[in-house]
Amino acid sequence: MKREVPLFATAVIGLFMILSFFVPHQLVSVPADFLLQCVVIVVAFGYVLGGANALRVNIDLIAKKAPNWQYKIVLLLGLLMMVIVGAVEGRGFQAPGTRFTWLYNQLYVPMQATMFALLAFFIASAAFRAFRIRTVEAGFLAVAALLVMIGRVPIGNWVTGWMADLPPALRWMQLPNVEEWIMNVPQNAAKRAILMGAALGVMATGLRVILGIERSYLSGED
Amino acid sequence: MGEVELPASGMGRARSSTFAALVAVLVSAGGGRAQTPPIGPPAPPTQLEVEDTPNDAGRSIRTHWTLSSDDAPGRTAVTLYYLERSESPTGPWTAVDSGGPATSEKDDATVKRGREYFYRVEASGPGGRSISNTSAPVAARSEWFNSTRWSVLGATVLFFAFVLFFLASAHAGKSLFVRRIPGIDAIEEAIGRATEMGRPVLYIPGIQDIDDIQTIASLVILESVARLTAKYETAIVVPVTYPIPFAIAEEMVKSGYTHSGHPDQYDPHSVRFVSPEQFAYVAAVAGIMTRDRPAAHIFMGSFFAESLLLAETGFSTGAIQVAGTANVHQLPFFVVACDYTLIGEELYAASAYLSREPRLLGSLKGADLMKITAIVLILLGCIFETFNQHWFRAMMKTQ
Repeated sequence: MKREVPLFATAVIGLFMILSFFVPHQLVSVPADFLLQCVVIVVAFGYVLGGANALRVNIDLIAKKAPNWQYKIVLLLGLLMMVIVGAVEGRGFQAPGTRFTWLYNQLYVPMQATMFALLAFFIASAAFRAFRIRTVEAGFLAVAALLVMIGRVPIGNWVTGWMADLPPALRWMQLPNVEEWIMNVPQNAAKRAILMGAALGVMATGLRVILGIERSYLSGED
Repeated sequence: MGEVELPASGMGRARSSTFAALVAVLVSAGGGRAQTPPIGPPAPPTQLEVEDTPNDAGRSIRTHWTLSSDDAPGRTAVTLYYLERSESPTGPWTAVDSGGPATSEKDDATVKRGREYFYRVEASGPGGRSISNTSAPVAARSEWFNSTRWSVLGATVLFFAFVLFFLASAHAGKSLFVRRIPGIDAIEEAIGRATEMGRPVLYIPGIQDIDDIQTIASLVILESVARLTAKYETAIVVPVTYPIPFAIAEEMVKSGYTHSGHPDQYDPHSVRFVSPEQFAYVAAVAGIMTRDRPAAHIFMGSFFAESLLLAETGFSTGAIQVAGTANVHQLPFFVVACDYTLIGEELYAASAYLSREPRLLGSLKGADLMKITAIVLILLGCIFETFNQHWFRAMMKTQ
């Protein structure tokens, strides 16, 4: 029963949600909307579990004086501070001008921006490795990337702008046109192929879960 | 503007009349206020048509009308259209929506299912208001089938049939061939390396919640990965973004250790709830990478801007990295920074591939057959469109 009930519930609700995609009638859509809203309640309980885990893991590490345990104190203080300030503020804790919002905007947002800014440096280092031409395929990649990059900035237009005077049959050689072709034809074709494969993978995974073929998420004994 | 002083003599009066006439002509030529005719109300909107919005649960009524003839670019006679509704053709009328100039359609989503309504449209401007004809009564009704989704239903039924056929084949003992996927094979290699180095394995199940199917696929793979780490007696660390995936990830890792016969090795601290905030999560995971130095990083699931931040940080630590995602825009970053990358559908195939269970492999074969069907349909579509036959595309169109 420990496994059969969840499997049955998954199958029934899964098939019902598929049905709601095709049947808009209120007898189907209203319960389907209700089920989706129930997710919010489940998620709320999940946050309690998550918060408890964050406290347990980090308190244990502090107690054991694990390497870098001092950082865990900062983490716990930050966690508790935001929870307490939010609770004191009450319902409108996210409104502009509250202490919670101030802490979020003055502490978290700058730190978030700092992390995001690192991306520029990581892109440079990754691009350096990606464009090293070691094989023929890597050569194609580098040439295509170079054409796209130059074609998308004003200098690309400037370098090949004189080609606008050429006969129409030769104007495709202008870098912005080449860039547009690379992005619209080979790039789009590859992207759509990946997306279609992924969509079928989504269907297969969903079907495996609904039919109870994939049941590892139930854990426990067979 | 300085005032013009006119002489008081008779001659001067004659001159002043001429001057006044000249000013009047100039003002008139310049479109001055003195000559502007009074503005009346705009012409009313016409041909108001209403219909029950098709293929819905009876939640809205669609209206459209022909614009007032005074509503044209550059003209200001119409500033707003009000859509008004009543349960009687004689009113009282309630404005349910409004729109600026050039608005010729609105969906009223505030109706009660099954109740009849009348509509009219009011064009409003500086000169007043004018009202369209009153519509025929209309009621919103629930429909039993969304007629724009026939093609999707057909594809779904076909897909179910394919999968069930291969499941039956697997049950009958027929062996199913699945091509080698180097990226998935590399997972065991990475865990083996971590074991040799005596360092943990870091598993990142993407940054999306459980409503993203990639997260579900990733958590299913996690169970197989946990089995391997249990088998090799290697620690695993799983930082998670959202609480529901966290709870499931805990179950998955526990399940992996139980199924591999090493339940005692399961560490309750191995799965950690971090934060749903994207960059807070990145900071935490980058910290784990640089401080704990896991020897293998496995990224499986849905990733966004953090993909390169994580993968490059991982690369700098020298760990072996295996990634898999169906987010097309993040694939290049993983390809560059990781040793192996599962592309799109390979992510969804990983759990079946790792478990080698015939029933799971059957669903993969079903997806492959569906892929062949999709290719055939695409080719047919190209051929029909080439010969100016558009019925096939229209049949496949969906919303």
